Amino acid sequence: MILGIPLLSLVIWLPIVAGVAVLATGGDRNANLARMIALVGSVLGFIVAIPIYTGFNALQGGMQFTELQPWVERFHVNYHLGVDGISLWLVLLNCFTTPLVVIAGWKVIEKKVAQYMAAFLIMSGIVNGVFMALDALLFYVFWEAMLIPMFIIIGVWGGPNRVYAAIKFFLYTLLGSLLMLVALIYLYHQSGSFSILDYYKLPLSMAAQVLIFLAFFVAFAVKVPMWPVHTWLPDAHVEAPTGGSVVLAAIMLKVGAYGFLRFSLPIAPDASHALSGFMITLSLIAVVYIGLVALVQSDMKKLIAYSSISHMGFVTLGIFIFNAIGTEGAIVQMISHGLVSGAMFLCVGVLYDRLHSRQIADYGGVANKMPMFAAFFMLFSMANSGLPGTSGFAGEFMVILGAMKANFWLAFAAASTLVFGAAYTLWMYKRVIFGAVANSHVSELMDINSREFLFLAILAVGVLGMGLYPLPVANIMHASVNDLLLHVAQSKLQ
Amino acid sequence: MTDMQKLYLLVPLAPLAGATVTGLFGRKLGRSASHWITILGVAVAFIASLAVFQDVKAGHTFNGAVYTWLTTGDVRFEVGFLIDRLTVLMMLVVTFVSLMVHVYTIGYMHDDDGYQRFFSYISLFTFSMLMLVMSNNFLQLFFGWEAVGLVSYLLIGFWFTRPTAIYANLKAFLVNRVGDFGFLLGIGMILAHFGTLDYAAVFARAPSIAQDTVELIPGSPWLVITVVCILLFIGAMGKSAQFPLHVWLPDSMEGPTPISALIHAATMVTAGIFMVARMSPLFELSETALSFILVIGGITALFMAFLGVVQNDIKRVVAYSTLSQLGYMTVALGASAYSVAIFHLMTHAFFKALLFLGAGSVIIAMHHEQDMRKMGGLRKYMPITYWCVVIGSLALSGIPPFAGFFSKDMIIDAVRDCQIPGAGFAYFAVVCGVFVTAFYTFRLLFMTFHGKPRMDHHTESHLHESPWTVTVPLVMLAIPSVYAGWAYIGPLLYGNYFGSAIHVSESHDVIGHLREAITPGKIVVQNLTNLPFLLALLGIFSAWVLYILKPEWPAKIADRFRAIYIVLDNKYYFDEFNDRFFAGGARRIGNFLWRLGDVKIIDGFFVNGSAKVVGGISRLIRELQSGYVYHYAFAMIFGLFALLSLSGLIDAWFVKP
Repeated sequence: MILGIPLLSLVIWLPIVAGVAVLATGGDRNANLARMIALVGSVLGFIVAIPIYTGFNALQGGMQFTELQPWVERFHVNYHLGVDGISLWLVLLNCFTTPLVVIAGWKVIEKKVAQYMAAFLIMSGIVNGVFMALDALLFYVFWEAMLIPMFIIIGVWGGPNRVYAAIKFFLYTLLGSLLMLVALIYLYHQSGSFSILDYYKLPLSMAAQVLIFLAFFVAFAVKVPMWPVHTWLPDAHVEAPTGGSVVLAAIMLKVGAYGFLRFSLPIAPDASHALSGFMITLSLIAVVYIGLVALVQSDMKKLIAYSSISHMGFVTLGIFIFNAIGTEGAIVQMISHGLVSGAMFLCVGVLYDRLHSRQIADYGGVANKMPMFAAFFMLFSMANSGLPGTSGFAGEFMVILGAMKANFWLAFAAASTLVFGAAYTLWMYKRVIFGAVANSHVSELMDINSREFLFLAILAVGVLGMGLYPLPVANIMHASVNDLLLHVAQSKLQ
Repeated sequence: MTDMQKLYLLVPLAPLAGATVTGLFGRKLGRSASHWITILGVAVAFIASLAVFQDVKAGHTFNGAVYTWLTTGDVRFEVGFLIDRLTVLMMLVVTFVSLMVHVYTIGYMHDDDGYQRFFSYISLFTFSMLMLVMSNNFLQLFFGWEAVGLVSYLLIGFWFTRPTAIYANLKAFLVNRVGDFGFLLGIGMILAHFGTLDYAAVFARAPSIAQDTVELIPGSPWLVITVVCILLFIGAMGKSAQFPLHVWLPDSMEGPTPISALIHAATMVTAGIFMVARMSPLFELSETALSFILVIGGITALFMAFLGVVQNDIKRVVAYSTLSQLGYMTVALGASAYSVAIFHLMTHAFFKALLFLGAGSVIIAMHHEQDMRKMGGLRKYMPITYWCVVIGSLALSGIPPFAGFFSKDMIIDAVRDCQIPGAGFAYFAVVCGVFVTAFYTFRLLFMTFHGKPRMDHHTESHLHESPWTVTVPLVMLAIPSVYAGWAYIGPLLYGNYFGSAIHVSESHDVIGHLREAITPGKIVVQNLTNLPFLLALLGIFSAWVLYILKPEWPAKIADRFRAIYIVLDNKYYFDEFNDRFFAGGARRIGNFLWRLGDVKIIDGFFVNGSAKVVGGISRLIRELQSGYVYHYAFAMIFGLFALLSLSGLIDAWFVKP
């Protein structure tokens, strides 16, 4: 509680209220006012989230800062919030990303500024709700609401093919979510409650567990996205404006993986074990297959989108090998991927703002004209290739070690990313940044300005800090991960 | 923290500070401030290393953590130092060569726009290499391992507008990543089977799991230790450029010459050798792994030497020589003569850095011409460079009493007495290699410094000795190239300098008999009649005949043995094979998966296909909504009729009984 206001509610509703205030500024005549409110709102949104970290008791598993109010009493629906060591970092990552996105869109977005900024602020609040909801129906409401701002962002400020991409994104994810709703209603019937924590204790037959698992799987796998339901992501990324891509990669992909940890594993532990082979196979296909596909992309955003899918394969792999190092590795990888892929998309955005092309072939020799940018892009490319000392290494390393505990060949397939990841990232870097100045457009490039320097530098500090000293990140999640693994190890069959 | 521990921290942090300051503020600081700051950092590291050396010699070792990187499950990952006799020797070699290269760079990179950036990189490299050798655990080893790879990548591509340079640096990084792929799996196996990544704990537990097996392929059990050692060695094959992962090193010559000396001859490429020596308690437990190492080392030592014979680029000759010499060190490791490998690593660091810097001095004088066919007769223009290169060449060829003689001879001795399978082949390879080495080394010397000048008149009129910043490091490296052999062979090999830092099991101890009181003088006398020495002399003599006496013969020989020449000139076609098979293959598979899997099947058939099906059905259904009232009235009547009949049928079937 801060000044009598429940902390978690504040973290959810402050950005949303700020977003509404931004909308109230109206048309583009007040664009600067809209920008200012958005910046203040997003920074405040981050500041109010900090007490969650400082006040969190890392020694304790379970939910903290919980809030419980009846919402729809007739159906036992509650406004029930809480964070644990797993969701804490995702909330912080989300609140951290929003100001960066506002700064990144500062000058670039010139039309419908207020609406653009408001969409990100509102989405930020909604996503916080997804990560903190402990009531299944509340979760579902946030989950579906999250689609709307992103749909608008892609559909309004996107590229030439934005309508196809936006609808594909919307339908893909909506269809997945509907099955989850069916599962939630089934669980409500079984338990008479919408509390997620009650579902953890609910005994379920194997058949029921498998069906529930599969229903959740469809919803979450689309969001992660796992192979083969990943094809919406490259299209969405390519068409989305830079800020949209950043939030999509850094935040939206995490809700799928979070769903596995919050719902699938604890609610259907026996099915999770029974189907782990299936999940691991899909994860490894993502790592290897998508790694190879990324190699041949000619569009920078598409390449990074595929690289995202490949990196998210590590997350699902880590989750389904059921050991501490793998699970924590998966969460560390989520946070790291948030920073690194966000930074990669921002870097492409910096180039796109100047030349209005995402094609690798349109660049070459950028380092001659933008040395400072080249240095940042190098750092993030190396992080994307999993270089030790950057956050990209920590998560992958932990998951590979976890996989090795389970089986040598799992680790073997996963570790292939060491070669593929470096190959597609650095080959792109070489063609874009290195070489002689390729054409007259490149020769007119200006290096990054102070605004661009600001957001790249903030992310660089994050990427290096988490690479050199991931201990604080991992320490917070130990107790919660431990609880989760103990819980998953217990059968729910009767 | 004790004073000594502060000193340990100072060694890597001083170069890091230099690298950070010049990297971030180099442009503002200007050129001379940048080189003085970085040189100061490395000099501090060198002096601190000397102090640590004195302390370690007095019997103090250290093994402890600096900070905890991560804890997860029941594992604690730390960053920490292990300071013992092996470590401190590497620290001295690294900081000394790095200091020389820093000074040399002032002269070599004088006119380059990226002056400050270059100094920042080489100081960063020094930091990374020091973290690698000072590590007390596998995690930090991997950190350093990849960090030196990163700096190598940045420096090979230093002149990033040259297509060859940015091809070479990507290639170097990716080939190294293939090695690291094995290395990381090895580290993973260690954690899975030993439960820790701390060296001391792993070594302590190694004997107890020496007989454990693992079935990677069902039905064929392997010793865990063997698998671990081979995986770790695959990492060494990448970093230390062993066959077949050697392909990146010759191309790395695209980088500026100072880093060829520092990174691609003296230090980084020897990281693999150092790593295996550090892991001697593990490797000693697996003869299979040692056999593997012997064979790989033997192949590299001999076949890479052959390639040095046909190169005309002065740096590439030295590069192939480095490959071959790394093969020698690897053979020593395979023969369990770890201390000999480290001894050769040290002497090689001196004389090979000397040869590279000498070649660089020539390149400056020739205005960045590297083709030896356009040189000749440089002796009289650059006497200091000439005499330094002569010393380096004698040391490389193994002529007593120069440094390389002792270390190389010890390798040959060790592998001769080795009983591990593969030793016979390795012995043959290293002995033949002596002749080839002497031949290409003196070929280089004669083509560059002797004979008639073959450069154009303009270049010749501008020839002069390099400035002091270049020649002083040459002389400073020439001194240990002369004396490091006989001066250090005593303590390093028979004096049991390494003590417990290197572990050799008794049955593998091929250099044990050397511990009997023997003097460097005796070794020289004994070996003057031995085959290797005679082969070295023969190699020098052949080079003299072919490049001084009868300069027209080499072309004729190349013509006569056209097929062999073409194979050598194309470096056994490894690059072509890798480009077509691996690089091209991966792209073709990627393209195939993308076009077929993503575009055709998933998107084309399922996603857009189901959208089309839905669209098609709705188009059909749309036809029903014709807008005519009588159509709807008909549908209503029909529907009512159908429903009534249906309920009648249901009654008839279900309700009746």
